[in-house]
Amino acid sequence: MNLNYKCCTGTPESDPLGSAYLDNNATTQVDPKVVEAMLPFLTQFYGNPSSIHSFGRPVGQAIETARQQVQELIGAEFSSEVVFTSCATEATTTAILSAVEAFPERKEIVTSVVEHPATLQMCEHLQRKGYTIHWIPVDKKGRIDMDAYKAALSDRVALVTMMWANNETGTLFPIRGMAELAKAHGILFHTDAVQVAGKVPIQVANSGIDLLSLSGHKFHAPKGIGALYLRRGTKFRPLMRGGHQERGRRAGTENVSGVVALGAAAAIAAESVRTDTARISMMRDRLEQGLLARVPNAFVTGDPGNRVPNTSNVAFEYVEGESILLMLNQFGIAASSGSACTSGSLEPSHVMRAMEIPYTAAHGAIRFSLSRFTTDEMIDAVLQELPPIVAKLRTLSPYWNEAEGVPHTEEFAPVFG
Amino acid sequence: MWNYSEKVKEHFFTPRNAKVVEQANAIGDVGSISCGDALRLTLKVNPDTEIIEDAGFQTFGCGSAIASSSALTEIIIGKTIDEAKAVSNQEIADYLDGLPPEKMHCSVMGMEALHAAIAQYRGEEFVDDHEEGELICKCFAIDDVMIRRVVAQNKLSTLEEVINYTKAGGACSACHEKIEWVLESCIEDYDAASTPASVELTPPKSIVERVKRVEAVLDELRPMLQADGGDVQLADIDDDMVFLTLTGACSGCGLSGATLSMIEQRLSEALAEPITVYPVGGAAHAGGVS
Repeated sequence: MNLNYKCCTGTPESDPLGSAYLDNNATTQVDPKVVEAMLPFLTQFYGNPSSIHSFGRPVGQAIETARQQVQELIGAEFSSEVVFTSCATEATTTAILSAVEAFPERKEIVTSVVEHPATLQMCEHLQRKGYTIHWIPVDKKGRIDMDAYKAALSDRVALVTMMWANNETGTLFPIRGMAELAKAHGILFHTDAVQVAGKVPIQVANSGIDLLSLSGHKFHAPKGIGALYLRRGTKFRPLMRGGHQERGRRAGTENVSGVVALGAAAAIAAESVRTDTARISMMRDRLEQGLLARVPNAFVTGDPGNRVPNTSNVAFEYVEGESILLMLNQFGIAASSGSACTSGSLEPSHVMRAMEIPYTAAHGAIRFSLSRFTTDEMIDAVLQELPPIVAKLRTLSPYWNEAEGVPHTEEFAPVFG
Repeated sequence: MWNYSEKVKEHFFTPRNAKVVEQANAIGDVGSISCGDALRLTLKVNPDTEIIEDAGFQTFGCGSAIASSSALTEIIIGKTIDEAKAVSNQEIADYLDGLPPEKMHCSVMGMEALHAAIAQYRGEEFVDDHEEGELICKCFAIDDVMIRRVVAQNKLSTLEEVINYTKAGGACSACHEKIEWVLESCIEDYDAASTPASVELTPPKSIVERVKRVEAVLDELRPMLQADGGDVQLADIDDDMVFLTLTGACSGCGLSGATLSMIEQRLSEALAEPITVYPVGGAAHAGGVS
């Protein structure tokens, strides 16, 4: 067997050395230490953790160690409150459907308009099945409308599900306060903490949070592993039935190497949150301030004073995001965009629309998301390459008056604008 | 990231004719900022020969939008405006060695800009037939407005019928659930609107009536076929056999079998008896569908 073949041609276009990966809200590099921790569970320790013999036992113990590591990351009271899932989407789906099934007399759900599709589309699905969904709006900075939130709470609500930090802007919702308010009405409270876990300290014990979703690959574990925090005593109905694994709360033989990796990543992240956050947020701020200083007609979206330390979303007016990303890619720089074109839909992201970002800017919104592997050189690369890219695309744009370096939206009014 | 052809990348990174043409005498502004695409096309047309001597574009849009604009200018320079007007969006896409299905609308925008510029040159009004509904089928760029219209016109009730009539959902099938939602809401609408007593049809009593009813069905379907660049002609009727010729883009289309079976179903309903449709002429290879 020839093991030297290259399995794919989709490798990054430039050498990883000298490249700038700034798309850590999409996914992160697996920490080499995490790889090291998980590998024995793909080779030596292949036993089924449910088995009684000596092949199974160390594997079962490794899972329990990982459970404690995740417990510590999120500040849970008991390790048994951690249920391993295949991903955060599964965790969120489980949380929502469990609440609906456990409280069949409650036919309403409260959520926000800027949620991740995992929440958004599950709620839309339930809406079609007859549930009333309270879609809480946000203001122009992406901050939740607390009056609308309070007004939506009642004993008819089965579940509140709110993201802790927005994936596009990093804007934080006041989750602990919102959870307390839900508690007062006896409502279950779930939070999608995917963009928070490993970036900001979390303490679920003694909070009003009953359920919390997190994803391993957002903090340097591999893809395919997530977890649902399930407060002890919370009424629960499993999504997956057919086995005693995870105390019957999630049937199916465990993804052992993934679980071990998640545990290792959680242990590292719990430490990193304390030691790396200041450095990451300084790099983020330098990037952001540098871009705003170098590029006219650009602004930060979301709530800059209240967001996770690694995320910056900058809207460049009168240019389109996919074009920017394609050109950045030429320099080995990876970022994301809320533009319509990158997703294949025809409208900019629901988050940009919810914040009423003008279309001329929403399509040019670029998200930079850093990690502890981000370096100053990567920030320098963006500061050097991006301003001329925006300038070049603006010369192509009918909304931009090149001669005067100003927009000319007045004169350009296309036929079906 | 999209799987763009080398040609698309090349036209994106080094676009041709990205400029405002000096002393342009034809300008076409099209696009929709909500969709993230907008294009200004400027042409210099020789008034004597009607030859497009120069063309320039300014585009706000993604990689394929910029590449499509660049390709468009390359294609039309040197053509007369009548020749240019015959350029289809498919030619723009072909010129770029193809576009991802979700990006075909970029080539349509190029074509529309050209039509708008020509209309302006001739002092005509450019009428756009752009749909602004929710995009349902990304493969064929079909939105809910179009699906609703076709469902209502033809009283469709199943997913398969929607696929046959509109092509929506005919390729990757990812939008089938969405089509069913649109269908459900349409059915609710016309259930609410329809009166319970529907007229019971009887089979035609004369050959003249038979021909009239068949022609009426074909006339009803014709705009839909023409929208795709095709057409249908009645060749002959022999008892319960109807012989049709599919022409234009319909002949040789991979979906012509589906089109014929859709026509067959409609004819059977209109004549209140089972009808078999036989393709003749252009679409003979499709064979009988019954």
